[in-house]
Amino acid sequence: MSLPLHTFGTLSGDFAAPHPLKVLPLADALTTELPFDRVAIDLRSDPVGGVDLGALHALGFAAALTADSRGPGAALPIFAGLRRNDVVAAGDVIGVTARTGRIGVLYRRGADSNSLFVTERCNSLCLMCSQPPRNEDDSWRVAEALELLPLIDRNLPVLGITGGEPTLLGEGLTRILVGTAEHLPDTHLHILTNGRRFADRRMVTAVTAGRGRTTWAVPIYADTAARHDQVVQAPGSFEEALEGIHNLAEAGHRIEVRFVAHALTVPRIMGFAEFVWRNLPFAEHVALMGLEPMGLARRNRDVLWIEPAEAARAIADAARHLATRGMAVSIYNTPLCLLPRDMWPLARRSISDWKQVHAPECEGCSVRDACAGFFLSADASWRGTDIRPVTNETPEPAHAR
Amino acid sequence: MEAAFGRTAPNIPRVEKGAPLPHRVVALGDGAQVLVTNDAGEFMALDRADFATFAAGRLTPDSPAYDDLVARHLLLAGRPEVALRLLATKVRTKKAFVQQGPALHILVPTLRCHQSCLYCQVSRRPIGADSFDMSPETALHAVERILESDAAALTVEFQGGEPLLGFDIIKLVVETIRRRAPDRRVTFSITSTLHHLTDDIAAFLAEHSFQVSASIDGPEDIHNANRPLPGADAHRRTMEGVALARRVIGAANVAAITTVTRRGLHHPEGIVDALIGAGFPSVFLRPLSPYGFALRSARRTGYDMDAFQAFYRRALDRILWWNRQGVEAEEAYAAILLTHILTPFHSGYVDLRSPAGAGLGVLAYDYDGGVYASDEGRMLAAAGDPAFRMGTVRDPLPVLMASDAMRLIATGGVAEDLPGCRDCAFLPYCGSDPVHHYATQGHVRADRQPSDFCRRHTGLFHLLFGLLLDGPLEKQALLTRWGTQRLRPEAAA
Repeated sequence: MSLPLHTFGTLSGDFAAPHPLKVLPLADALTTELPFDRVAIDLRSDPVGGVDLGALHALGFAAALTADSRGPGAALPIFAGLRRNDVVAAGDVIGVTARTGRIGVLYRRGADSNSLFVTERCNSLCLMCSQPPRNEDDSWRVAEALELLPLIDRNLPVLGITGGEPTLLGEGLTRILVGTAEHLPDTHLHILTNGRRFADRRMVTAVTAGRGRTTWAVPIYADTAARHDQVVQAPGSFEEALEGIHNLAEAGHRIEVRFVAHALTVPRIMGFAEFVWRNLPFAEHVALMGLEPMGLARRNRDVLWIEPAEAARAIADAARHLATRGMAVSIYNTPLCLLPRDMWPLARRSISDWKQVHAPECEGCSVRDACAGFFLSADASWRGTDIRPVTNETPEPAHAR
Repeated sequence: MEAAFGRTAPNIPRVEKGAPLPHRVVALGDGAQVLVTNDAGEFMALDRADFATFAAGRLTPDSPAYDDLVARHLLLAGRPEVALRLLATKVRTKKAFVQQGPALHILVPTLRCHQSCLYCQVSRRPIGADSFDMSPETALHAVERILESDAAALTVEFQGGEPLLGFDIIKLVVETIRRRAPDRRVTFSITSTLHHLTDDIAAFLAEHSFQVSASIDGPEDIHNANRPLPGADAHRRTMEGVALARRVIGAANVAAITTVTRRGLHHPEGIVDALIGAGFPSVFLRPLSPYGFALRSARRTGYDMDAFQAFYRRALDRILWWNRQGVEAEEAYAAILLTHILTPFHSGYVDLRSPAGAGLGVLAYDYDGGVYASDEGRMLAAAGDPAFRMGTVRDPLPVLMASDAMRLIATGGVAEDLPGCRDCAFLPYCGSDPVHHYATQGHVRADRQPSDFCRRHTGLFHLLFGLLLDGPLEKQALLTRWGTQRLRPEAAA
């Protein structure tokens, strides 16, 4: 269920450092190899007054989280009275905005996905973008990411890197990749990119530090330039992305192809599947996705809207086409009740836990726990009219073929 | 076209209105449709009117076929260097086999055989004959040659004669390879009547994960008539061997290889039912081969290719019928052709390659130490013509590769350069087979169009494309499974 990525608390004491902080219980904090000034000690379950805050301050710790405010005058900065205590847990990394008391979770231990959001800038403007780009200098995000990396648990299996378009950072992306190699050598990177900048081989050289431990997830929305370029609102981008994918693959990088189903892409989805099979059979994974009704997708509803059941049928046919041919395929953001059962094994619980919900229509469904469910932003008008609980008696959804 | 692939040409202007890319065409069925293919094997069927507009370069984006043709690189729209780069990658993928040395190594431990099949293609010798067995010394030299190949995955196939009559040599070769190259990927296979399979031999084959092809010509009466033995029990003995092989080596590793003789020609359903009823997941229906004894006995056992086509069409339909009953089975040759048609990859099959597989993809080691560019080249030599003898097992691979036999193959090995092939729309799925055309047409560069090879394969391609483009959806899906099942991880396991 959805657990927000930030909350608010009351900040007291002299908190100057804008660094990300690792939240650790006292015992772990005292034995950690991290610099103490990057650690916030979680005292929320310790008895009030049971810990000598002055001593912790003297040791150099950055701050403490407490259940209640611990009286003024403590030298150690205190974050107290969190609006939601469950948002922050031991092992997480938080970023604190002193002015507003906002505590954001930059890394959540044990979450099904963790990502670095490295820029809001983008060189495309996809009609269904859930995270519309902003053309502002946000290079501070690179600095934050570099400070965050040492605080992430080393046993993290996969770290996402997303934006915006990460390749626009240029050398900043290089530094992030070098940082992950140093601090998270065993972590696989999953980087969302439109691939266009990789049409220039110098950009491929710039990400050499990620080779072998990175999957570059590149969206291809059609089998023709005309349709793809229309979706991403950038002429030439289809050809740039294909050249980019080839340049990456020739340099030994791993590729995932991503597709989002909506009214503009569904009509050519089978052509898309065959195109990927013929031209990109080296892709290690193809992700076929339902729409996330956020950002530009909401604004462009008129051109994008298609009954989710129709999108699911199309996704199922394309997934079957590719899976029959031995390609690794996943279906994202598509509820099981809209998919034929032979495609259920490919359907993933793809929506990050902090924005995933089930709908009232799901009441009584027997496969709820295996289902992707819905984006928090998908109200009834986006869910369509075909969502219903799956029971043993539920017939297969009508099949396209 | 090749030249354009090799260089980067950044200043070629964009093509805004679709222009045809290099392609080949063939009329399908009654001629209402035209099949258009490119060098990478991508294809599209157009009706006559669309084809005329396409060929004239006047197809416009509002035509329903336009986007499909652009996506399949039959029409060019956009930056030419991008389309050419993608096409180049696809051609490289399709012909990836040229980047490595011989992967298939056929070894003949003995020429002796206890049967005397009417159509025998391998010039077998009687079971009591001496000096038709491979010596251990020759076998060890052959192993040297096998391991000289840089192919990523090797297949060592034992043929005969009846190879199990030379089991000691099989054992020596397998164990030597395992010891010398424990880390190389080597698949062992054997084509046999299985009459001489024992518990011990089966255990050995299982230990080394052998793929077994059992020679079975269909139902008992046809099989025994084709393969006379004193007790008239050839079929029963083979099936006993099959049962033992399945038990010890695994049913999935035992396939049937069936030679279709004139006697079997009128019983396609009976032959298929006998093979599938006997539980084979894969059957290979072969026409008579024009080699060795088979050539000489052609008058008694032979037939023309039209008759084989009629047989094959019915047999294929019968296997699909079994599929629809829920029985997993394929015709192995159709599966190979379908892999070429439906996937970006080559099947690996050495007889359907351009450049030819002979010598480049396969070497055959005869019992006497002669090395041939293919098994057919070996049979031709047994019939008196050593044109494809590359040398002996004592010659290092580079010496064998520089032989006159290889020069001969090179002159007739590239279908893109051969009369009868170069304009054929089926070329991307087919092969040049210079050894076969030397044997049957008299020259490695012989015009392919009149050859039995060409008639057989164009017939198969018309049959398969007819089903893929216009057949019932269910048959399309089944044939797609045949063509792709070796690519699916669960099927490979």
